[in-house]
Amino acid sequence: MTFLIKGETETWEVVIGLEVHAQVISNAKLFSGAPTDFGAEPNSQVSFVDAGMPGMLPVINEVAVEQAVRTGLGLKAQINKRSVFARKNYFYADLPQGYQISQFELPIVGEGTIILDMSDGTSREVGIERLHLEQDAGKSIHDLHPSKSFIDLNRSGVTLMEIVSNPDMRSPDEAGAYLRKLRSIVRYLGTCDGNMDEGSMRCDANVSVRPVGSTELRTRCEVKNVNSVRFVMQAIEHEARRHVDIYESGGDIQQETRLYDPNKGETRQMRSKEFAHDYRYFPDPDLLPLVFDDDYVESIKATLPELPDEKKERFMSDYDLTAYDAGVLVVEKETSAYYEDVAKGRDPKAAANWVITNLFGALNKKGISITDSPVSAANLGKLIDLISDDTISGRIAKDVFEVMVEEGEDPEFIVDERGLKQIRDTGSIEAAIEQVMADNSDKVEEYRGGKDKLLGWFVGQVMKQTGGKANPGMLNELLRKKLSP
Amino acid sequence: MTELTQLSLSAARDGLAKGDFSAVELTQAHIGAMDTHRDLNAYITEVPELALERAKEADYNIGQGRAGALEGLPLGIKDLFCTEGILTTAASYILDGFTPPYESTVTANLKAAGAVNLGKTNLDEFAMGSSNESSYYGAALNPWKKTGDNSNLVPGGSSGGSAAAVSARMCLAATGTDTGGSIRQPASFCGIVGMKPTYGRCSRWGIVAFSSSLDQAGPMTRTVRDSAILLSVMSGHDPKDSTSADLPVPDFEASLTGDIKGLRIGIPDEYRLDELDADVKALWEKGITWLKDAGAEIIDIALPHTKYALPTYYIVAPAEASSNLARYDGVRFGLRVEGDSLDDMYVKTRAAGFGEEVKRRIFIGTYALSAGYYDAYYLKAQKVRQLIYQDFVSAFKGVDAILTPTAPKPAFPLGENSDDPVAMYLNDVFTVPASLAGLPGISVPAGLSSGGLPLGLQILTKRWDEETLFRVAGVLEETAGFSGHPFDGEG
Amino acid sequence: MSLDDATVRKIATLARIDLADADLAPLAKELSGIMSWIEQLQEVDTDAVEPMSGGTDMTLSWRKDAVSDGGHADKVLANAPEAHEGFFGVPKVVE
Ligand SMILES: [Mg+2]
Ligand SMILES: [Zn+2]
Repeated sequence: MTFLIKGETETWEVVIGLEVHAQVISNAKLFSGAPTDFGAEPNSQVSFVDAGMPGMLPVINEVAVEQAVRTGLGLKAQINKRSVFARKNYFYADLPQGYQISQFELPIVGEGTIILDMSDGTSREVGIERLHLEQDAGKSIHDLHPSKSFIDLNRSGVTLMEIVSNPDMRSPDEAGAYLRKLRSIVRYLGTCDGNMDEGSMRCDANVSVRPVGSTELRTRCEVKNVNSVRFVMQAIEHEARRHVDIYESGGDIQQETRLYDPNKGETRQMRSKEFAHDYRYFPDPDLLPLVFDDDYVESIKATLPELPDEKKERFMSDYDLTAYDAGVLVVEKETSAYYEDVAKGRDPKAAANWVITNLFGALNKKGISITDSPVSAANLGKLIDLISDDTISGRIAKDVFEVMVEEGEDPEFIVDERGLKQIRDTGSIEAAIEQVMADNSDKVEEYRGGKDKLLGWFVGQVMKQTGGKANPGMLNELLRKKLSP
Repeated sequence: MTELTQLSLSAARDGLAKGDFSAVELTQAHIGAMDTHRDLNAYITEVPELALERAKEADYNIGQGRAGALEGLPLGIKDLFCTEGILTTAASYILDGFTPPYESTVTANLKAAGAVNLGKTNLDEFAMGSSNESSYYGAALNPWKKTGDNSNLVPGGSSGGSAAAVSARMCLAATGTDTGGSIRQPASFCGIVGMKPTYGRCSRWGIVAFSSSLDQAGPMTRTVRDSAILLSVMSGHDPKDSTSADLPVPDFEASLTGDIKGLRIGIPDEYRLDELDADVKALWEKGITWLKDAGAEIIDIALPHTKYALPTYYIVAPAEASSNLARYDGVRFGLRVEGDSLDDMYVKTRAAGFGEEVKRRIFIGTYALSAGYYDAYYLKAQKVRQLIYQDFVSAFKGVDAILTPTAPKPAFPLGENSDDPVAMYLNDVFTVPASLAGLPGISVPAGLSSGGLPLGLQILTKRWDEETLFRVAGVLEETAGFSGHPFDGEG
Repeated sequence: MSLDDATVRKIATLARIDLADADLAPLAKELSGIMSWIEQLQEVDTDAVEPMSGGTDMTLSWRKDAVSDGGHADKVLANAPEAHEGFFGVPKVVE
């Protein structure tokens, strides 16, 4: 699935690197004891440290360290047993200290990899350059007052992991797949909730273009703080086309920071970044080097869950699923667990079909997640059992499933209550056949005269007669027998 | 009541315990001295009512037999320590009206031990200076004057107000902070004992930051014993400061054995500078003799990178300061000068709020960290700092303590170095190396210059060895027998 | 090392300190004087030297992930030059 932009003079390729800021799941902030919950009253979750008050000092939260190491292990990355916090100096109204405590030269996590599962079932590898810990800034609110911006420091000091990819992606689709995969991994690990709409995962996209075949890296622009996978993909596409237009009209791209406006579907330069950047990074003298040993890393490694890539492999080999089906089922830990409950002791492919086609369809329509599914895994399993022991037909099963989605009931109960059990008694089926034949003697004649195609019509009529409950195998066999001259 | 202000901290402690006088009387006497010597401008903020209230409580506690280690003892607090509910200025206009809703760990420790806070003492703005002249609240004055010369002298800096207050008996003792000599140099200028502990001994939490890798709180007192008593209370592990050491606090007072027989005292040749005042040089020689006579072994040592300490310091400290002072932006506290945009507000606020020396250091620090200069200046300075530290590590393999002058000359008149920053920086030439190395150091008043001004000698030991430091300082104090008093005839 | 006016202007901008044009040249001269005194550091051979960035050789200690702070917006805002409805107020920022 190549993504190329055909210009007037050249065909262009897009080069994408992503920086993701993922909010670490923890009770308290990175360097203070203030809470991290979303949506509290302004400035109510702020310690004097977070407000940059004179004389206040940072002390690191051990869970932030653990979560960064856990995420690094999940990205199969190098863990740096000695890392250093640095100050990134710049002025902004919601940056109380006048610097962000981040990591620069020696991050806690070094190089790793992410495998992208593309929608055509293929996969691609994207390199992770680094993961470092840093503080979030506060929030500026510009629309509450005509001439003022308001500052809320509740987010100030919340722990972020900045995960930086190599410029390895070549299409908006790949960027989307990268974000979805990263989100899947951090959710499996329990290190970030991955909610882009609440801002707990934010993405900066570095975009440049080059003529196909070229290996140079041209000037990139950074599209900041995009808050959904879809918008990231749109922003990249727009930004890439903007670069192509400028190059083809003889212009040049300036390295700059841009914002994506999803309403207009375009990026624009950030006005607040007029000043030349010179962050003057230096090691934070309030914080000593962050050091831990192999045992510490091993103890975290021992608690890692099975991650999506490994789970996908296992689903393919144990359940004989296609790469696509396995990939879809492992995106979310909850879905894969649900699937495994359904598949246990049953035909795994049938289970996969029911989950992917029917359940996902129903959940999508309702706009709810699998954890809120009205159909429990146990009930979906029972439904499959009812088909495989011929209690109901596959067709009836679809109706039963509809009822399960609406009412959340046990399929056995639904089948019982509504009398949907298959008719397997020869006498009843024969009686129904005889009735249909008696009512349609002309058709019987035609059939016997050689119009074989009418068999399907007879099946339909008998099914109608039995309310769809006749066992299809028996019905076919008996019908053929009765119709034959 | 005047004589109550003449007591040492330890004598006052013992007098209170015996019931010779009350904490209220003791506090009242010091409030009187603060009134008498207000011309010294030693305090930025005086809190007599709070002090008397605290003293009453102290008397009650003493009566109940549950006196803290410093119960009822009136102290001055350098106005760099945040004090809950009391104006805290760092002697800067930019902190205009700032009343912290929190108490620094060091002053909280003092409070918990029963000390009485008389007020906030003057200092150089953000502790940047060696003369107290950069204070937004005006210079503090040295209570000492040259024989036969009535002109005002600087008390040294940055803890000039604390040094003047202790010297002029406007408090029993005071807190100071030392980044490159800011406790020791003013102590030398004002004839008192000034002690900078090992970096990490006292918590920095709640102290307005100047240079985080150098700043350290310490006691300013009239005797070495008082210094030991005060440090025991000020110091200790603080989980709120990541650079605070998780080490037990020794009983520093107990280290004053009066015996230094067999101790090896190092004398660094590199400190014999041309600029060294003849009186200072002579006093240093005397000090060497005193310690030798007390049974110490005198050993020549080499600290080869000494001459690079000042330029190293003037990169490291301004670099850290340029970042530490970024938070003064007119948004959350202190001064704001309105502007027509956020940036306009920033630049106007910071231009109006910071004084000349502070701006100068912010500019140097910003420059040293900026793109293209980081390696040549900041990184280079960090490496030279390492060499300076290693010089001391090697030296301490052969000696237990080092004896040097505290400052190259006695107190100077106001305005003397005001148009030459580098000349001003040279005041700290003997104190800065130990600051860069994180070592403890103490200045002990040891004699008078030919002009009748106090001079201090400095003792340094290795990290965490304040006990040896106090032990040697006690002997030096004893043998020097410094009995100078700034106000001749006042008793 | 001598700093030209443009460099000093850039530093003042980075440091967000307003500087009148008239003050630029004298400041450049003064800072150049200090920097040329600092220049002597270049004589020191530091090739194999590990930079020393802190005042101590300890390493970082960690605190528990417990909520122990917050819930005092009043104190956080108590010293603010400008506050509205629980927020700090600043001149309007246009992004
Ligand atoms: Mg970034
Ligand atoms: Zn970041």
